Amino acid sequence: MDTPIFLKEQFEKLQAQETSELTGFRQQAFQNLEQYGIPTLKHEEWRYTRVNTLFNKDYEVNNNTGLTWEQLSDNRLPGYQDANELVFVNGVFNPSLSNLLSADLEVLPLNEAAAVYKNIVDTYLGHSADYLKDGINALSSAFVHGGVFIQVKRSKAVEHPVYIYNVAVATDVNVLAQPRSLVYLQQNAQLTITETNITLGSQQSFTNKVMEIVLEQDANLSYYLIQNDSTNASQVSTTHIRHIGTSYSKAVTVSLDGALVRNNLNIILEAPHCESHMYGLSLLSGTTHVDNHTIVDNRQPDCLSNELYKGLFDGNSTGVFNGKIFVQQIAQKTNAFQSNKNILLSDGASVNTKPQLEIFADNVKCSHGCTIGQLDEEALFYLQSRGITENSAKAMLLHGFAIDVLDNITNEAIKKYVDVIISKRLNFDLETI
Amino acid sequence: MLSIKNLHATIDGKEILRGINLDIKPGEVHAIMGPNGAGKSTLANVLTGRPGYEVTEGSVIFNGKELLELAPEERAGEGLFLSFQYPVEIPGLSTTNFVKTAVNEVRKYRGQEPLDAVAFLKLIKEKMALMEINQSLLSRSLNEGFSGGEKKRNEIFQMAMLEPKLAILDETDSGLDIDAIRVVSNGVNKIKSSENAVLAITHYQRLLDYIVPDFVHVLYNGKIVKSGPKELALELEEKGYDFIKAELGELQGA
Ligand SMILES: Nc1ncnc2c1ncn2[C@@H]1O[C@H](COP(=O)(O)OP(=O)(O)O)[C@@H](O)[C@H]1O
Ligand SMILES: [Mg+2]
Repeated sequence: MDTPIFLKEQFEKLQAQETSELTGFRQQAFQNLEQYGIPTLKHEEWRYTRVNTLFNKDYEVNNNTGLTWEQLSDNRLPGYQDANELVFVNGVFNPSLSNLLSADLEVLPLNEAAAVYKNIVDTYLGHSADYLKDGINALSSAFVHGGVFIQVKRSKAVEHPVYIYNVAVATDVNVLAQPRSLVYLQQNAQLTITETNITLGSQQSFTNKVMEIVLEQDANLSYYLIQNDSTNASQVSTTHIRHIGTSYSKAVTVSLDGALVRNNLNIILEAPHCESHMYGLSLLSGTTHVDNHTIVDNRQPDCLSNELYKGLFDGNSTGVFNGKIFVQQIAQKTNAFQSNKNILLSDGASVNTKPQLEIFADNVKCSHGCTIGQLDEEALFYLQSRGITENSAKAMLLHGFAIDVLDNITNEAIKKYVDVIISKRLNFDLETI
Repeated sequence: MLSIKNLHATIDGKEILRGINLDIKPGEVHAIMGPNGAGKSTLANVLTGRPGYEVTEGSVIFNGKELLELAPEERAGEGLFLSFQYPVEIPGLSTTNFVKTAVNEVRKYRGQEPLDAVAFLKLIKEKMALMEINQSLLSRSLNEGFSGGEKKRNEIFQMAMLEPKLAILDETDSGLDIDAIRVVSNGVNKIKSSENAVLAITHYQRLLDYIVPDFVHVLYNGKIVKSGPKELALELEEKGYDFIKAELGELQGA
């Protein structure tokens, strides 16, 4: 669909207001947006996700508010006392709400970084556009503004985790928030990031987030995305991880609530012997729609990627899983595993799952599998035969199905936080264990 | 304790059990032997309430209650236990958490207070030693990636934890080497008392060297066609099931 008028107006305004190293970058992206348009169901990558319907209304692009932590206290992630907290309000980084504990963590406004670290920003900002050729990715780049650059220097392990809050204040108006970040881990650096979205107020929010991450040799990244926003909140969350040196990444995506949610997780393996783990859990009800699109691009030999996505769908919720694995001709001895398992808990719920393997090398080990089913009757009977009531047995099985994914969250506070939410939803009594 | 009268059961309309009669009293060990497909597992499944079977005729009284009217978990509460021929693998649920929940749900059914952490720990340690099971096995997801022997030991470990009145062992020996059979049988024998009973389903006589039966029944074609003392098992082992078929043929021919 054509670029909505309000976006054109907002874009002109932004370009006039803020001149920086990024002005040209935005101009180019806006042209891409005009060229691609907002994707409709006709777009191959958006066949099941009606993102265009989110543009049936106008949004305020930036209306920075006098937000305080009191207004966010219900949604503050546990363990925050020991975390570096970064807060975006309506897509704009808010330094006064943010709280940095680690000297080893460098956080700069993106437009400043574009001057200070010109080389890095020029090289890596916007790389996700090579993989996401659509108006949504272009929209983020066209409005790059108020973003951050996060860097960990050589051999520094950031002990305190980074918590990123993408807050949308939708009290009076519909809000389009576009948080943008570029994360750079130098050689042998380590970082753990947990990201979550919070919508305040009852108007519609649409958060279009792009985080681009670069890993040098021996860098180690753990990334957790916790999606439990309200039902008036939609988001497209793009996390683009480039392994430019032999390095390690782990990403865990947990989707629990929201209106329309689309996650793009791209893993670009550009050095040999990289290792990447990707886990996902969707536990949905109501009319929540969650679409997980993942890409693993093996561009060098001997890399390992392991992907496990699980979904539990209740009510009229819908799930989409699309997992692409590319193995380029040079990427011999690639090991790439992918598994997607879904359980439908109601007649109204549905899921579409599609693995997509494009392999141009001949010596590779790839496996993929997907299942859509109900609860395992054999397992249910097994538990009941030991005296466990049918309802508890069901809850135990569903919890077990989910915990398999959550066990990969090594931040105990965050894992517990999610476990409490899902246990409550599944009527599973955490106290019994 | 258990009284089965003229039990008929079908799967998908196909009659598998065709008039079973069996009485088991406290303190007794019964063995059921029979060729593949005779209906041995079906009997165990019908008794424990696995879905998918339809009882078309007959009754089962367990401790004075109509067993077939109870849900599987209620049967467990009443003291029935099945050691599965094929224990199910359950990801994300550790054996410890599973057993703790099971023990306390069964206690609740029996009107007993739940075990506190200390009492549970004591009990589990004792039974772990009995079954030669270590802590790391119990912390792993239930049966996931367990060897055949580990699965069967885990079944008898659960039996030891739940202290059933009647334990049905469905081919608990199949696929086990002699050492594993010894551990498993030893566990069963230690739990055995004059108050409880065992129904051992097996294909081979070997298990019965360790778990010595008071009665041996031959199940064939959905019926118990012959019962006798433990020596019957030896005879079956020696002559094979063909001798039963021949005997039946003669009977039918007469
Ligand atoms: N789920 C099922 N659906 C249809 N037939 C079954 C099913 N389970 C068992 N049967 C049939 O019932 C008969 C008895 O099986 P089973 O009780 O497992 O025998 P046993 O344990 O004595 O080897 C066999 O003919 C088997 O094919
Ligand atoms: Mg059998």
